[in-house]
Amino acid sequence: MYNIDAKGMHFKELNEQVRAAVKDGEDEITLQNVNGQYYIGVGIREKPTITIEGVPGNDLAAFMDGPTLRVKSNAQDNIANTMNSGKVIIEGHAGDVLGYGMRGGKLHIKGNVGYRVGIHMKGYKKQIPTIVAGGTAGDFFGEYMAGGVLILLGLEGTDVKTNPIAGDYLGTGMHGGKIFVRGEIDPTRIGAEVGILDLDENDHKLLKKCLEDFCADFDLSVDDIMKEPFKKLEPITDRPYGNLYAY
Amino acid sequence: MFKSHVLPEYLATIDTDKCIRCKRCIHNCGWGVYSWSGERVLIDTQKCVKCLRCYHYCPVEAIEIEDSKTRYKDNSSWTYKNIRNIKKQAETGGMPLSGMGCDLPLPILFDNMLLDACQVTNPSIDPLREPMELRTYLGKKPDKLEVERTKDGKLKLKEGFKMTPQIKLDAPFMFSPMSFGSISLNAQKVLAMAAKECGIVMNTGEGSLHEDLLPYTDHVMVQVASGRFGVNPDYLNAGVACEIKIGQGAKPGIGGHLPGEKIPLQVAKTRMIPVGSDALSPAPQHDIYSIEDLRQLIYALKEATEYKKPISVKIATVHNVAAIASGIVRAGADIVYLDGFRGGTGAAPNVIRDHMGIPIEHAIAAVDERLRQEGIRNEASVVAAGGIRSAGDAAKAIALGADAVAIGTAALMTMGCTVCGKCYTGNCSWGITTQRPELTARLDPEIFGERLANLIRSWKHELMEVLGALGVNSIESLRGSRERIRGIGLDTETLDMLGIKAAGT
Ligand code: SF4
Ligand code: SF4
Repeated sequence: MYNIDAKGMHFKELNEQVRAAVKDGEDEITLQNVNGQYYIGVGIREKPTITIEGVPGNDLAAFMDGPTLRVKSNAQDNIANTMNSGKVIIEGHAGDVLGYGMRGGKLHIKGNVGYRVGIHMKGYKKQIPTIVAGGTAGDFFGEYMAGGVLILLGLEGTDVKTNPIAGDYLGTGMHGGKIFVRGEIDPTRIGAEVGILDLDENDHKLLKKCLEDFCADFDLSVDDIMKEPFKKLEPITDRPYGNLYAY
Repeated sequence: MFKSHVLPEYLATIDTDKCIRCKRCIHNCGWGVYSWSGERVLIDTQKCVKCLRCYHYCPVEAIEIEDSKTRYKDNSSWTYKNIRNIKKQAETGGMPLSGMGCDLPLPILFDNMLLDACQVTNPSIDPLREPMELRTYLGKKPDKLEVERTKDGKLKLKEGFKMTPQIKLDAPFMFSPMSFGSISLNAQKVLAMAAKECGIVMNTGEGSLHEDLLPYTDHVMVQVASGRFGVNPDYLNAGVACEIKIGQGAKPGIGGHLPGEKIPLQVAKTRMIPVGSDALSPAPQHDIYSIEDLRQLIYALKEATEYKKPISVKIATVHNVAAIASGIVRAGADIVYLDGFRGGTGAAPNVIRDHMGIPIEHAIAAVDERLRQEGIRNEASVVAAGGIRSAGDAAKAIALGADAVAIGTAALMTMGCTVCGKCYTGNCSWGITTQRPELTARLDPEIFGERLANLIRSWKHELMEVLGALGVNSIESLRGSRERIRGIGLDTETLDMLGIKAAGT
């Protein structure tokens, strides 16, 4: 156990201290009094567990490759930007553009998420980045998604008319990967490239596996969550813009 | 079937007396112009793009590719191109695309500038037999250096003084970013080998770094664009610098769109996207809506590379380029890469390519001037690209204020490219802008790497001759010396903008 008091510290200094501690072999680090410092978790290739007390700043876990970060409160924008591996657990809500171009690892948010979450997410063979949000999402969820898994749970209850689980343009530009949504999806609010489908057996297995991990992080019950039916969004054409150009 | 009203552009003909029926043209043409009837070669001239591959590979010179003689009636307003596009659009409903840079006869200011030379009052220098330095370094230069003397009286950097990271270039040239996907892996290897050979740098573009390029990483700059293809910590730390791509001169304000034809397994793997899907890298990076956001990404990259790599930001030159460049420098970029509107591309809608942006000459002058006025010129190096056709253009760009120039199209020409402009089809007969294995196999990286290295060697010599004639012995002495340029046929406003005098004054 290793503590760093981040009070009043510039991000550069804080991250230098974290990296130095990791290099010294610390594998459980707690950052106290964090208040908006950017880039926590960036540039670490080892696999420490870092607990963050206070609200971390933007680009948490950007390009991250290995560590597990647990944020005890809300978090801000750009979390897990182009993250490669590792895990980020947010015990509160999180902001916009989460998991931009994410290539691997997991991002678990207990609460709601903002706009453009999962944008440009990638995936190849075994590398399947996964984002699970327990609450609702803003517009453009899964925009340009090319791979990976996005899961929206709406645990606090949603209503397709008054309190929809996702905003407009759900899955717009999506050309790979899967989005699972618990409850109803308004077909007028999805992107032109995706279709709303039922889950097949493999989907169920995948979903269950992802949810078991999510539930373990927040002490929730998988069975309770899976009582409600899920829908799947998938691209229905891989060349949505084939006719856009005159050759 | 409805017959297209789009006139064929070219007329491919074979002199049947000369033709020995070797079928090489059939094999060489990536566009399927030729086929075998059983007795002779058949020609579907509608498909010809005048890349001239067949011409070069016909052993008896039986092939002739001419511009099709049948043209619409002469009309200066309704030109052949205008009419042809309208017909194409009417038949398909799609946007006409182009590969390569803008080919419209708009003014090229480099051609209206002449360099000075020494006569009588100042001596010129013999570049072959006297010292001549082309080496330059890209990156933020510190406001001051701290030096101390060693025991034997030599100067060295003071103990503990940390120099900002720099890219070393043995000559002020770079290869502009061209991704694996938009060009073939062999074409990237040509760039990498030549870069290594010449002590300069190539740029991966946004399609990640293929493992075959790992031996060349001391001469590679890696790029991060909106699609974030293949970006991971290894990638970011692999090269000599990281570049954030905001825009491209040929298509400012719009993103990349690699058609599914150019996404076979290998490309899909390095980009981590499905095979045969269109690779989308739309214009906005949705984490950058402001200079402050750009700063956030610049520093994210600096954190990820532990402040050991210079960070470059590449933009298309648009109207307000000087203010934007100033913002980029203040956001912490170490290099500003300016891509002028004549810059090349693998694919751009004509409406964008031919109508947007400003020429690189204006942009260099405006950016250099602005950074000087603000006292931050040392904070970043300026790379100029987009229409550099010769060492002469390079010299003028540097005299206007650039630190180095980057070339793309000129480099592809050494691999066989004839600027046919059809890169977006993925059928390049020269094996450059294609992923079809039977086409890419023709581009031997060793042979063409040497040719490209030859081009750079030749340009180095030319640049040295220019410096010698100007009476200076290092590229650093040419940088920003606009008093050594005169304009011809330019109006006062343009001269003022460029910060140069008219010839004769
Ligand atoms: S190889 Fe090129 S020039 Fe020759 S016929 Fe084919 S497209 Fe035309
Ligand atoms: S790279 Fe190939 S397709 Fe593109 S302009 Fe050159 S020859 Fe034509």
